[in-house]
Amino acid sequence: MSLFRSIVFTAVLTGIIVGCAASVFQFLGTSQLIAEAEVYENAGQAKEAQVAGSPSPDAHAGQAVRHHNDGEWKPADGFERMAFTLAANVLTAIGYALILCALISLRGKPVTWRQGLLWGLAGFACVMLAPMIGLPPELPGTPSAPLADRQIWWIGTALATATGIGLIAFQRRLWAIVLAGALIVAPHVIGAPPAPEGMHALAPDALEHKFIAAALVTSLLFWVLLGLLSGMIYGRFEHAGQQAT
Amino acid sequence: MSILPSSTITAAGAAASTSKVLQATLALCLGLLIVGIVGFSHIEAVHNAAHDTRHANAFPCH
Repeated sequence: MSLFRSIVFTAVLTGIIVGCAASVFQFLGTSQLIAEAEVYENAGQAKEAQVAGSPSPDAHAGQAVRHHNDGEWKPADGFERMAFTLAANVLTAIGYALILCALISLRGKPVTWRQGLLWGLAGFACVMLAPMIGLPPELPGTPSAPLADRQIWWIGTALATATGIGLIAFQRRLWAIVLAGALIVAPHVIGAPPAPEGMHALAPDALEHKFIAAALVTSLLFWVLLGLLSGMIYGRFEHAGQQAT
Repeated sequence: MSILPSSTITAAGAAASTSKVLQATLALCLGLLIVGIVGFSHIEAVHNAAHDTRHANAFPCH
């Protein structure tokens, strides 16, 4: 299981570094914007609770904005919440690095930090750029379609985009490029599940725009670093393995 | 130095290649499982623990 060990070791090391770095950027950017949005969300919920007795349109419409954490466990604001966010970021980075290194290994070509960077940028396109065309990063209190519908569209879009990029990068034939184009465009022709009509976000638009920009920049840094480190570390294991045989 | 028949070498190469594909596929599945749990689990406690990560990574969230 030497290959599996190499991939896991690369992914864990990369994931710890990238998860910690992404957390620093998130604590300075997206997490603060989420906290600001939650003030608006809580105020909206309090207002809704006040009018709960009267069946006004506002009270009915409020049902489409899902409420966070009703009665369920959640980490306390402050250190505990930051610690769980850090852990979730490290796990996400390990998970993505495992996928990236496994695909690099299946490709079977030698890899350095340069190829790693390209793999990382492809990952950014698949799981951030393409899904955000239909489902941009959202602040709490943003009206949206049912969660399962959005998850299915998100996964479908990421898979279709990854297959499309793979075809363009590794086939480079006319049929492959046409098929790739169709795969990349198809999820956006189908369209993401729309938010219920007549709903508006609880946070101001300016906050939402700032959040999208911060999430996009953080994700780009995440994937650049993830690709660079995965390519560099996994490339060294590969090189060492070839010299040993 | 021993000389192996070419069929033995080919079979050994194919077995090594299959083993590499299996190991990489296993790593791929493990990665998908981790991302799936952190980013997509419907368990409320998992959602709450990874809440800020989900929003920042544009995973669909409540």
